[in-house]
Amino acid sequence: MRFDADTYREIADSLLRNKRRSLLTGFGIFWGLFMLLFLIGGGNGLKDLLSKNFDGFATNSIVLFANETTKPYKGFKEGRTWQLEYRDVDRLKEMVPELELVTPQLASWGVKATRDTRSASCHTKGVEAVYSQVETPVLKFGRYINEVDVMQKRKVCVIGEHVWNELFPGGEDPCGTYICVGSIYYRVVGVDVSTSNINMGGRSSDAITVPISVLRDVLNSGNSVGIICAVGKSGVSMSDLESRIRQVINRQHFIDPSDKEAMMYLNMEAIFRIVDKLFRGVNFMIWLVGIGTLLAGAIGVSNIMLVVVRERTVEIGIRRAIGATPRDILSQIILEGIALTVVAGASGIVFSVFLLNLFEIITKHQAAFQIHFGTAVIALLLLTLLGILAGIAPAYRAMHIKPVDAMRDE
Amino acid sequence: MLIELKDIHKTYNKGQPLHVLKGVDLEIGQGEFVSIMGASGSGKSTLLNILGILDNYDEGTYYLDGQLIKYLSEKEAAHYRNKMIGFVFQSFNLISFKTAVENVELPLFYQGVGRKKRREMAMEYLERFGLADWALHYPNEMSGGQKQRVAIARALITQPRILLADEPTGALDSKTSVDVMELLTKLYREEKVTIIVVTHESGVANCTDKIIHIKDGIIGETTLNEQHHASVFGTDTIIK
Ligand SMILES: Nc1ncnc2c1ncn2[C@@H]1O[C@H](COP(=O)(O)OP(=O)(O)OP(=O)(O)O)[C@@H](O)[C@H]1O
Ligand SMILES: [Mg+2]
Repeated sequence: MRFDADTYREIADSLLRNKRRSLLTGFGIFWGLFMLLFLIGGGNGLKDLLSKNFDGFATNSIVLFANETTKPYKGFKEGRTWQLEYRDVDRLKEMVPELELVTPQLASWGVKATRDTRSASCHTKGVEAVYSQVETPVLKFGRYINEVDVMQKRKVCVIGEHVWNELFPGGEDPCGTYICVGSIYYRVVGVDVSTSNINMGGRSSDAITVPISVLRDVLNSGNSVGIICAVGKSGVSMSDLESRIRQVINRQHFIDPSDKEAMMYLNMEAIFRIVDKLFRGVNFMIWLVGIGTLLAGAIGVSNIMLVVVRERTVEIGIRRAIGATPRDILSQIILEGIALTVVAGASGIVFSVFLLNLFEIITKHQAAFQIHFGTAVIALLLLTLLGILAGIAPAYRAMHIKPVDAMRDE
Repeated sequence: MLIELKDIHKTYNKGQPLHVLKGVDLEIGQGEFVSIMGASGSGKSTLLNILGILDNYDEGTYYLDGQLIKYLSEKEAAHYRNKMIGFVFQSFNLISFKTAVENVELPLFYQGVGRKKRREMAMEYLERFGLADWALHYPNEMSGGQKQRVAIARALITQPRILLADEPTGALDSKTSVDVMELLTKLYREEKVTIIVVTHESGVANCTDKIIHIKDGIIGETTLNEQHHASVFGTDTIIK
């Protein structure tokens, strides 16, 4: 075997002067690698996009809200409507010490925020200062609602990104400016650009967050609260607390202790687990499909090369007749296989990265549609291995071509 | 003797066994110009392939330059083919995706000769055969005669002791056949290359010094032809 520049030249010649043959052979590998990496990158992007919805939301948290009861109890009929109250918050704090914090939230939908001639549709949510520990705000300007705001019922608000864009198209710092929400004027104290979508129904970019005490007066909601959020102490599983929390609430509101429909117990932990599982499943599928495609590509290359070797019988016979050793032929065919797979695979990588980039631009860089450099390197190594494997069978067949075979010219 | 064959047997075992060579005895000396004639299917090509170590034989002995050619490893066989023997085929057998000069230099590639040296030598041979202008052309752009001369250049570039040609004029018209035979004659005279030509054209055989007839797998009569009077059609023509 001669591993010098001439050997590589000979291989390049063989491949380049038979372009159509080379293209056909390489396409399977190109497509296989492209698919694998494109799927991986796409999966990453999708996961990124989806997990943006949970960004900043405490994982071991729950959200409670009232439904109709489904069982009659102590003289009350089933189908009764009831409300969560401030008292429930205090009781939970008291009776479930595993909870780090419990905080109520009020919400009002379909309101309109205006400033001068500009307006934006939005929803308001009334929170306590500690709510920032349930859903971490990403403040572009200013600050979040604080305890003094709540205590003194200050008419201040933190606005979402979309609201800010609509009311302050210049992109300026809105802090200190007054906006009108419903019929009340609030002073803007902060801009929250978090992308979390977990808050019941509305996008956080459409939200106007105000002190809960203020919203309570505006809505005249009395003792009732819309939802109660709670965060467990670290190491506490929220699934384990469900029955106790239900017990505390149900007793208070004369609800059958076994009525699990009367109150929604939204367990973020469980949701996170499901999403995580989902993506692990998706990832598994991606690798399965991708590697399958890649393998099919390699087998395709092997098959086509087998046919090609048969087609090249006379050529190889001639080479043997003028002095090529079987090893010369073996190494030539294997190296041809490797060269073809590596070049085709590398183009697959480049093409998939290019398409993924395009995706990123289309989605306005909201998510990273990308593959790790390491993944690409592993794929390339895998590919070289596949190339060698793909080349072995054809190379062995080629090696056994005898010089006399050159004479059978048909 | 350069070539010594003793009691060579060859049987093809594809389906029905076919006993083609049934005890061939043959001696050819250094510098001889010999032709082998015989009916179609008589085993001429089979014999020539054995001489060129392109194929092996079943029984007997073949000494090439005193070396027994039997049980050779593929590597040794390749070495002999490369250094000792040049082979010319009826159908030229040039590699179609290589230019004339690349075809001619290929045997040197397998010898490990460097690119520049190879190119130089190949050009030298092409020039000698009047093909310098065709060096960069592909085989399908050349005439049969030109292709055969390229093939002969390829066979000779390693400066082999023996040139074997299996019907070298079989695919050529009479004019180019004469050209090719003149070329071979010149090589034999000027370079003292041992040349063995298989043919069933008497005009071609007439160019050689000795005509060996093969019939039913054994060597028949051997005609000495130093005066080149063997052809009934005259000395310097090849009738097709
Ligand atoms: N590889 C092979 N397998 C089986 N049979 C073969 C093979 N090569 C040749 N033969 C048979 O062996 C016999 C001799 O063939 P060979 O090619 O030596 O004849 P030839 O004298 O060269 O004939 P021609 O003048 O037609 O070229 C023929 O009958 C042929 O069919
Ligand atoms: Mg023949």
